[in-house]
Amino acid sequence: MPHIWCAGCGIGLATACFVRGIERAGLDLDKIALVSGIGCSGRVAGYVKVDSFHTTHGRALPFATGLKLGNPELKVAVFSGDGDIAAIGGNHLIHSARRNIDMTVICINNFNYGMTGGQLGPTTPLEAYSATSPYGNFEYPFNLPYLVAASGATYVARWTVLHLRQLERSVAEALLKPGFSFIEVISPCPTVYGRMNKRPRGLDEMHYYQEKSIVRNGADPKEADIVADGPIIVGKFVDIQRPTFFDFRNKVLNKAREQKKL
Amino acid sequence: MSKNGVLTGTFFMNGDAACAEGAISAGCRFFAGYPITPATEIAERMAERLPQVGGTYIQMEDEIASMNAVLGASWAGVKSMTATSGPGFSLMMENIGLGVMLETPCVVVDVQRAGPSTGLPTLVAQGDMMQARWGSHGTYEIIALVPSSPQEIFDITITAFNLSERYRVPVIILTDEAVGHMSEKVVIQEVAAEDLVSRKKPKVTPDKYQPYKPDKDLVPPMAIAGEGYRFHVTGLTHDERGYPAMNAEAQDKLVRRLSDKIRLNRKDIIRYEEIDTEDARVIVCAYGITSRIARHAVQLARNEGIKAGLLRLITVWPFPEERVRELGKKAKAFVVPEINYGQIVLEVERCAGGKAKTLLVPHMGGSVHLPQTILEAIRKAAK
Amino acid sequence: MKLWRTPFDHAGKATKPAKVIIDKERCKGCGYCVEFCPKDALKMSDELNAKGYTPAKVADKQKCVGCGLCEIICPEFAIKLEHEDDKKK
Repeated sequence: MPHIWCAGCGIGLATACFVRGIERAGLDLDKIALVSGIGCSGRVAGYVKVDSFHTTHGRALPFATGLKLGNPELKVAVFSGDGDIAAIGGNHLIHSARRNIDMTVICINNFNYGMTGGQLGPTTPLEAYSATSPYGNFEYPFNLPYLVAASGATYVARWTVLHLRQLERSVAEALLKPGFSFIEVISPCPTVYGRMNKRPRGLDEMHYYQEKSIVRNGADPKEADIVADGPIIVGKFVDIQRPTFFDFRNKVLNKAREQKKL
Repeated sequence: MSKNGVLTGTFFMNGDAACAEGAISAGCRFFAGYPITPATEIAERMAERLPQVGGTYIQMEDEIASMNAVLGASWAGVKSMTATSGPGFSLMMENIGLGVMLETPCVVVDVQRAGPSTGLPTLVAQGDMMQARWGSHGTYEIIALVPSSPQEIFDITITAFNLSERYRVPVIILTDEAVGHMSEKVVIQEVAAEDLVSRKKPKVTPDKYQPYKPDKDLVPPMAIAGEGYRFHVTGLTHDERGYPAMNAEAQDKLVRRLSDKIRLNRKDIIRYEEIDTEDARVIVCAYGITSRIARHAVQLARNEGIKAGLLRLITVWPFPEERVRELGKKAKAFVVPEINYGQIVLEVERCAGGKAKTLLVPHMGGSVHLPQTILEAIRKAAK
Repeated sequence: MKLWRTPFDHAGKATKPAKVIIDKERCKGCGYCVEFCPKDALKMSDELNAKGYTPAKVADKQKCVGCGLCEIICPEFAIKLEHEDDKKK
């Protein structure tokens, strides 16, 4: 602190909610390992006083997997952006969710690649403007909660940075819940995405969330597509029980031991 | 099996299996990998053996994830390894660089096969030698070891872990499909605890700890996650506190130390074997499977009256420059047989410095040299 | 609300105004605290800080009820609330 994020950027808010979520969950700070990727969101690792790792683009999730498997006592959290997690890191995202390894992923979605100047990303809404879609984006974006839920995550939520209290609560729930937890955090990016899409002040984006976000806990993630200037469905979409990676591993290995194969 | 999981005894074992056993003897308890011929057997053996010794095997979704998982596990305090071949090695490059930058001990095994691209997946080559040194972007130094038999793979894997832990750098084991898939006698003995090296631990309290403050040997003590040190490490150029430092001065300080860490400790790291080089006029410089054939060729040359000798490289990076320079002053020529179109020969030629001729005996891959081919080159060099 | 009677336990439960401390040099003038303060107790100032932003400041400290929204909605961690009770602790 002070941090490098722009005036009105939502990452500072998400970080604050994350830290308050840790406090609410009552976790031992010495046991938390925070892994971040590359991008504006990736800078979080350097601002939080826990064991933190600022890794390569897209690879925070496998790094976090290694940390967790190396020391299952660690509370592993991944904090990164939409491009880092869903584009270059997309493969790792779906496999980490599939394995249901115990970790919490906070994905800041500001609909573009902010740090490099506002290029489009896999979550940029159709027809939105960006540095690499000057005539409007013609690629269909991901619906991240749907993707991650389908891949096997046991906790999936989406909030905007305006939903401060709910986000804080979600973070605490996700951190305490065993298994793969994913929270998408919709954030303003006034300097690039906002400016290119007629919302140049952070306030404009926050007003948009205020007007257009709809809280629907338990909604089907399939219905949570985001369309430019359209409604944003937020809420805790998925909160289910499924054995974790460790649960299954223990079960299989114990059975092998009984059968004297191990 | 001994009480800490080491499979002691005498075995008829292939190189890949010996590598896995070497890792377990060295204390490796984490393996993340992706199947690729001809390294798959290492993964399979680790999948079987690691649960027996309380370790973790995970098959990741690709080689990039494997390399990252290995780094993560190392930062959790576990000796970690991955194994791959050419195409996977290429994928791992960015994150080998991350391992160098974060100064993470780990071992990467590359069982070389013919390339480029998909090449000959099941057949031998030695085409990744330069890639091991220069494959990742930026300025850095790395350690790479080349075994030439299953027994040596076993021993070298333990050496690799020791070097990686001592110098906090990824160590590459550059073996090849021939040695990896060959089965020979491997004797496994219990390794004494004092012969195994683990990373230096911090001697100060967390409030005074700086992750990248080096000791006199240029290697900083390493804290691991979960012990209260609350450190931050980054792949960005950083200062001794571990936080990003975006300026030329920090870059100079850091990058210079990362390279000097290896360069200045060369004497401890470099290993090679010499046969009949004291009076040799022609020195064959070879490594891996080729060195075994070269040994036979040198013997044949001696039988013909040619004073030939063999310099068998065990560490190829850092390259044994001083020794090659010394030999170059006395010898008439170097003959460098390798299963590529000229990689290590470039280093030999550079170090020979024009004092000795350098003759490359290339082979594109798919099989190994014939002793005759190397012998002819020795004859030519001796003229 | 003028016609509601005051609850008996109001004194223990009512929020108290807090002292809002805004770090002028950290503030980047995003305006969230001003916009979302439920009591309109804050406003943007006219001065520039060292980084060239116009920081927020307390407009009317009587209006503050100590809810703490400004503290949690500031992305810069530039706002700190000091409650009377904090000093007593």
